[in-house]
Amino acid sequence: MTAAAPSAAAGAATPAARRPGGAEGPDASRPVRSRRPGSWWREARPALLFLSPWIIGFLVFTAWPMIYSAYLSLTDYDVINSPEFIGVENYVAMASDDKLLLALGNTALFTLMQVPLYVVVSLILALLLDRAGRASGFFRTVFFLPKMTPPVAVGVLFLLLFNGQNGIVNTVLGWFGIDGPAWTTDPAWVKPGLVFMSLWTVGASVIILLAALRNVPEMLYESARLDGAGFWRTAWNVTVPMISPALFFIIVVNTIAGFQTFDEAYTAFFGSGNTTYSNDAALFYVIYLFQQAFGFLNMGYASALAWLLFVVIMIVTAIQLVVSRRLVYYEGDRK
Amino acid sequence: MSAGVGVTPPLVPPAGAADAKGRVRTAGSADAIAEAEPRLVRGPSRRRRSRVGQVLAWIALTVLGIVFVYPFVWLVSASFKPRGEVFDNRLIPETFTFDNYVQVWQEAPLALWLLNTVIVTVLAATTVTISSAMVAWGFAYFRFRGRGALFGLVLATMMLPGAVTMIPTFLIWNALGQVGTLTPLWAGNLFGSAFYIFLIRQFFLGLPRDLFDAARVDGANQWGVFWHIAVPLAKPVLAVTLIFEVQAVWTDLMRALIYLRDSDTFTVPRGLKALVDAYGFGGEWHWEIIVTASVITTVPMIIVFFLAQRKIIDGVASSGLKG
Repeated sequence: MTAAAPSAAAGAATPAARRPGGAEGPDASRPVRSRRPGSWWREARPALLFLSPWIIGFLVFTAWPMIYSAYLSLTDYDVINSPEFIGVENYVAMASDDKLLLALGNTALFTLMQVPLYVVVSLILALLLDRAGRASGFFRTVFFLPKMTPPVAVGVLFLLLFNGQNGIVNTVLGWFGIDGPAWTTDPAWVKPGLVFMSLWTVGASVIILLAALRNVPEMLYESARLDGAGFWRTAWNVTVPMISPALFFIIVVNTIAGFQTFDEAYTAFFGSGNTTYSNDAALFYVIYLFQQAFGFLNMGYASALAWLLFVVIMIVTAIQLVVSRRLVYYEGDRK
Repeated sequence: MSAGVGVTPPLVPPAGAADAKGRVRTAGSADAIAEAEPRLVRGPSRRRRSRVGQVLAWIALTVLGIVFVYPFVWLVSASFKPRGEVFDNRLIPETFTFDNYVQVWQEAPLALWLLNTVIVTVLAATTVTISSAMVAWGFAYFRFRGRGALFGLVLATMMLPGAVTMIPTFLIWNALGQVGTLTPLWAGNLFGSAFYIFLIRQFFLGLPRDLFDAARVDGANQWGVFWHIAVPLAKPVLAVTLIFEVQAVWTDLMRALIYLRDSDTFTVPRGLKALVDAYGFGGEWHWEIIVTASVITTVPMIIVFFLAQRKIIDGVASSGLKG
């Protein structure tokens, strides 16, 4: 779907460029006009006034960057000297880049752990809120608040609350006789720690699911009750199918976001003068890409990395779409 | 395009919503109405809620709520502790001190960072809301060949990772001499953002078309119909757009890392990161400064959220989310 993208937009955008100043012409005859060839312009003109911001933005900040990024990925470019064409060398180099493989593996593992937990936790919270009656307004505010915290502060909180010796997380685990790991320094526990910390910001997903839950027709629950379905059966056969579009949506969006994890991990593990905390376990893909681009000024190689990320995300999303065909229920017959 | 790395917008399920308005005011939003006016709607068909289930839900929510609020409380309390006690897990500081606030104010130009962030946030959120609404209207109201394909293209751009356009976009701003200024942090928003275009379009599609046609017949021009009729009706969803973007821009670290060079142009996330580098990792271990700065920079967002939360949540519930 992206291959066709630039050409389609270019076609649509040319008229916008030619549009004469005002474009508020009289077109009272719009609804009853016949479809002559050449009437496209008259038909689309009023719309193009409104679409023009997006069309300009698409051309300047999406289409051109995509083309240029594809070109850069075939070059050696350090911003100071002009790009030097080197063919597919960057892509060949990726195959033997251990750091890249590490970053990709870290990111995949993190996403694989994070997304299911995130969805389950937000579903549980949404179900509880749905049953909380008037108190739900208060609680949904509570659960949404962390979303408003700058991720840098979240990264700081992670370092402090998950601290191996005296962080509250291990203190609480200690109450139950569990000897908590060194979350922030033990490579095996860095990613699980970040996953748990990320659960703190489920608020937005909770609200989406809550909205979906509240739109399940009451009727369905009543007939389920009449048929003698118990709590679990109702949940599994009525609630989950009815909110499956919202669930699917959250899964897709969080997977895409998971592959682009940056802020919290970067804050907590990377930065100037940071040697003690610098940790391969927290080297996520976008962090590595960012380092290559703006740290080492390997703009060409970083562009190639960006395209690999794009391909990975596309493949994962496509798999999710295919799987969802069987599992997501869309009410009615929608286009 | 601005729905890049910094933004993790809670999105909308692809289904439906077009068949909106009339149907919405049924089972689901009875709750919303009931909450706004507690005594107004108490219909017999209220949700299957046993008293016991509700109490159990309250207990579970209270426990989870404490878990969610604890980090905030801990953060605020740590900001009042002297350096040596920051890491103790007391919620009420053993020694209560304002020194951290005084010191932070001297160490870092927090007021300037906050001002920069407010400027960027206001510009970014208002421009993206207006431009996305315009584009959404273009897609929702007008009929022309190629509309579906063009809208598909808008949706496709949502899938594009920010990383792909990151470097060329940097080069554009670099060529325009804007690197080191606040412009790149918001100006891209002048052109709308795919996610918000989608969200607002869904809302517009749910409004009765006759209303707009009638206004046309009464002599309103295209812009007038949009600005004086469609936009006021869309206030709930525009509020959602505004607040989502405020959140995204206020917390955006990556753009600030890429484009900002000098401390006096820093936004809050960039400034905080600089403090973490200097006082956390820099061998000094002054966590009390970082903690205090985090409190100062988080509190404004919390206030904004408290003021806006009903609008956000009801807006989300009534805009694109009927699954």
